[in-house]
Amino acid sequence: MLLRLSAAIVAMTLISGAALAQGAAKPTDPQIAHIAYTAGVIDIAAAKQAETRASSKDVKAFAQDMVRDHEAVNKQALDLVKKLKVTPEDNDTSRTLSKQAADKLAELGKLKGADYDKAYVANEVAYHKAVNGALETLLIPSASNAELKSLLQTGLKIFQGHQQHAEHVAATLK
Amino acid sequence: MLPGRVLVIALAACWTAAPAHAATIQITMENLVISPASASAKVGDIIEWINKDVFAHTATAKNGDWDVAMPPKKTVTQVLKKAGTIDYYCRFHPNMKATLTIAP
Repeated sequence: MLLRLSAAIVAMTLISGAALAQGAAKPTDPQIAHIAYTAGVIDIAAAKQAETRASSKDVKAFAQDMVRDHEAVNKQALDLVKKLKVTPEDNDTSRTLSKQAADKLAELGKLKGADYDKAYVANEVAYHKAVNGALETLLIPSASNAELKSLLQTGLKIFQGHQQHAEHVAATLK
Repeated sequence: MLPGRVLVIALAACWTAAPAHAATIQITMENLVISPASASAKVGDIIEWINKDVFAHTATAKNGDWDVAMPPKKTVTQVLKKAGTIDYYCRFHPNMKATLTIAP
């Protein structure tokens, strides 16, 4: 339990602290769009791994929900940047997020069965918590375009829902 | 004899009148918010669940009475069969919560 908790805290600090603090110099809208899109891509990749690796039916269903919702959000994001004629701009935050996610995916890829299920869901709780923190404190306040801000706010509600959903699933795995 | 006939008439009146009493109540899910957050209905009424989001939602009764699935951008209807004060939520986004009070 303590180990899992500290792992979650490490995951959180890694993402919110290191990666997202780098962008603390108020990211621009093209950077925010890139970060938000990248965050979605990361969760879809984790979910696709879970769809094949997870053993619990609830965990598999959760992973399917993640793929469906994050693909829907990212489609909206793509439609919006097209409409606004904004080209998402790669940046250090996006790069750090992707690097950390790749490491996490490799780490989870070594686990099996119930160990995998628990680690995946615990990471989902921590990851959504970190992304929600970044949305609330950095990305939403920094967004200057009203439509982008509004999409991020919808994203925040969706991801808060995912965090609670992940917490429910985590509770069933104990 | 007379009370019997009155009962028959009364019942007939009820039966013919019943459909007119069944109301259709709309509950909307938009931007991850259920509105109205608190609604009232009667057994026999129809709930029109309107999902305006591009995300799938559910209206899941906490007590297990019903679990309505709403695909993105779709409206689903449900006839209320059982009375009660039902707290419900979306299984996919449990931060979406509301209450439906169903009178007998």
